[in-house]
Amino acid sequence: EKTRNSFSGKINDLIARYRKVDEDFFEELEEVLISADVGVSTVMDLIDELKMEVKRRNIKDSAEVKEVISEKLVEIYYGDDDEDLEELNIQNGELSIILVVGVNGAGKTTSIGKLAYKLKQEGKNVVLAAGDTFRAGAIEQLDVWGERAGVDVIKQSEGSDPAAVIFDGIKSAKSRNADVLICDTAGRLQNKVNLMNELAKVKRVIEREVPSAPHEVLLVLDATTGQNAMSQAKTFSEATDVSGIVLTKLDGTAKGGIVLAIRNELQIPVKFAGLGEKMEDLREFNAHAFVYGLFADLLEETAE
Amino acid sequence: MAFEGLADRLQSTMKKITGKGKVSEQDVKEMTREVRLALLEADVNFKVVKDLIKRIRERAVGQEVMESLTPGQQVIKVVKEELTALMGGEQSKIAVADRPPTVIMMVGLQGAGKTTTTGKLANHLRKNHNRTPLLAACDIYRPAAIDQLETLGQQLSMPVFSKGTDANPVDIATEAIEQAKAEHNDYVIIDTAGRLHVDNDLMDELEQIKTAVKPDEIFLVVDAMTGQDAVNVADSFNEQLDISGVVLTKLDGDTRGGAALSIKAVTDKPIKFAGTGEKLDGLEAFHPERMASRILGMGDVLSLIEKA
Ligand SMILES: Nc1nc2c(ncn2[C@@H]2O[C@H](COP(=O)(O)OP(=O)(O)OP(=O)(O)O)[C@@H](O)[C@H]2O)c(=O)[nH]1
Ligand SMILES: Nc1nc2c(ncn2[C@@H]2O[C@H](COP(=O)(O)OP(=O)(O)OP(=O)(O)O)[C@@H](O)[C@H]2O)c(=O)[nH]1
Ligand SMILES: [Mg+2]
Ligand SMILES: [Mg+2]
Repeated sequence: EKTRNSFSGKINDLIARYRKVDEDFFEELEEVLISADVGVSTVMDLIDELKMEVKRRNIKDSAEVKEVISEKLVEIYYGDDDEDLEELNIQNGELSIILVVGVNGAGKTTSIGKLAYKLKQEGKNVVLAAGDTFRAGAIEQLDVWGERAGVDVIKQSEGSDPAAVIFDGIKSAKSRNADVLICDTAGRLQNKVNLMNELAKVKRVIEREVPSAPHEVLLVLDATTGQNAMSQAKTFSEATDVSGIVLTKLDGTAKGGIVLAIRNELQIPVKFAGLGEKMEDLREFNAHAFVYGLFADLLEETAE
Repeated sequence: MAFEGLADRLQSTMKKITGKGKVSEQDVKEMTREVRLALLEADVNFKVVKDLIKRIRERAVGQEVMESLTPGQQVIKVVKEELTALMGGEQSKIAVADRPPTVIMMVGLQGAGKTTTTGKLANHLRKNHNRTPLLAACDIYRPAAIDQLETLGQQLSMPVFSKGTDANPVDIATEAIEQAKAEHNDYVIIDTAGRLHVDNDLMDELEQIKTAVKPDEIFLVVDAMTGQDAVNVADSFNEQLDISGVVLTKLDGDTRGGAALSIKAVTDKPIKFAGTGEKLDGLEAFHPERMASRILGMGDVLSLIEKA
């Protein structure tokens, strides 16, 4: 509630700069949203809706449009859904399995390290499975993260079958009475059909071994990515039925606005935000704060 | 393909304006609106798009309609020419130092593809230019970054110079070059850690490496899927390091790759190579013209125009 209020507050500031709701106002709003990678069609629809709403309510003074803007923006993200769907699905008293997928270099392995640390801090017994058997140094990388977080890593040699590694991981996790198994996978571009099939196979192995699993399929998206993220979300969902997004590299200047459109079109919520390369740099995602962040630059300009 | 091509989008607009003698301002306005959307959907930065559209409008309005082309095709021709001009010519050459070794430094954001491209470039230099590169492992931060480069070195049977993670990247780079001289390696490719362009300490580290080893090339490695932020990234790295060229990675994906235009527009440095796969042979010369068509998503229309 607090973040929402402060968001409206910032929108206020934006509005204050334009006394009239004119073409310039909408043009600037459009540019702000586009430069945040929100996506052209989402932005155009939003602006059209706003214009219509402004007309319908006969709003001339910019001060009155602010309500409408914040309403519409948050609405894009949440749609008609309940607002607290973002909890990670971890079941008590059984092995919960999290499958992590995404394109090359998005931040899968790092996010797994951070998540393992977080769950470990919460008292969970966590095991990692080194399902990226392809990329040079991938197993060693996960190993280092396992050490940092203080959790075991189940691995085989480079080049072995990823489905076999995951199968092994499930067996080991069970025998260790682990609470959570997090499975790393090799990065792959979503237009590589064979590699997407390989991923679907990994998921089938998980389903076969633990009927209620995977409890989460997390798609890792790099916030620096533009419109292609939508295609990533669609295709990875088709292959593995993605349940949530980890939006990484939000500590840079990229805004990752495409997740608004992804949430809106595919109903996939963002569950975590990556804010750096250290173990503690994973945060629960806050949509209100995020939406407000899209305007930060503009608002700073305003403040000057 | 995730997006419909510009050609489809322009169909209806084009129909309306056939059979006229001149391309009117209104025609151009309608068409450039579609062009603008297509460029934005391809992730070209909105400021770059703005400038482009302005130039296109100025050039297209009032043109005599050519017999062989519809007014729509004519506008597209102007668009294509502007894009191609902005992308520049083909430049996949790599510097050769007067006195070996030639030093190449790889820089860029986290996960862009620096380490992989280091291996690919080494492979390219040996295969196509008969060179004997040494790879230098200057990423002391990312977990197992050195293992990754050493694995690539093994795959290529090429030497990798590393000093573990406790050494200073500047010293590692300096000593790598000494070793290259002693062992007669004619190229040294320096892999650096990924970093944010706004991380002052790490950006300074790159400047220190640059000062110490005076590289003949500094390649900014950029992920082709990058969105609007590409201009900030390219501008900052170029400002601080005066890069000599760009490598655009992951072009084997289905992204339109509008970042290519943005980077070129803000740095005016050539995009030299394209990464087209995860394997060590996945490196190609960058073709600006093909990239222009890819960004517009309109190979078919372009081939029509080329014939006219
Ligand atoms: N600044 C920043 N860097 C990050 C973040 N998350 C990951 N990285 C960095 O991004 C790079 C790639 O991360 P990885 O975890 O190796 O990515 P991946 O998806 O596992 O990569 P592949 O397995 O090669 O597909 C590394 O340098 C990470 O340190 C983040 O939230 N912020
Ligand atoms: N499909 C594809 N994948 C690529 C390409 N170039 C690099 N990759 C993959 O992208 C991921 C990241 O590559 P790296 O070489 O580790 O990137 P980096 O810039 O060194 O990453 P950091 O050192 O963490 O900053 C790996 O999974 C690579 O295999 C390419 O051209 N195509
Ligand atoms: Mg990984
Ligand atoms: Mg690297």
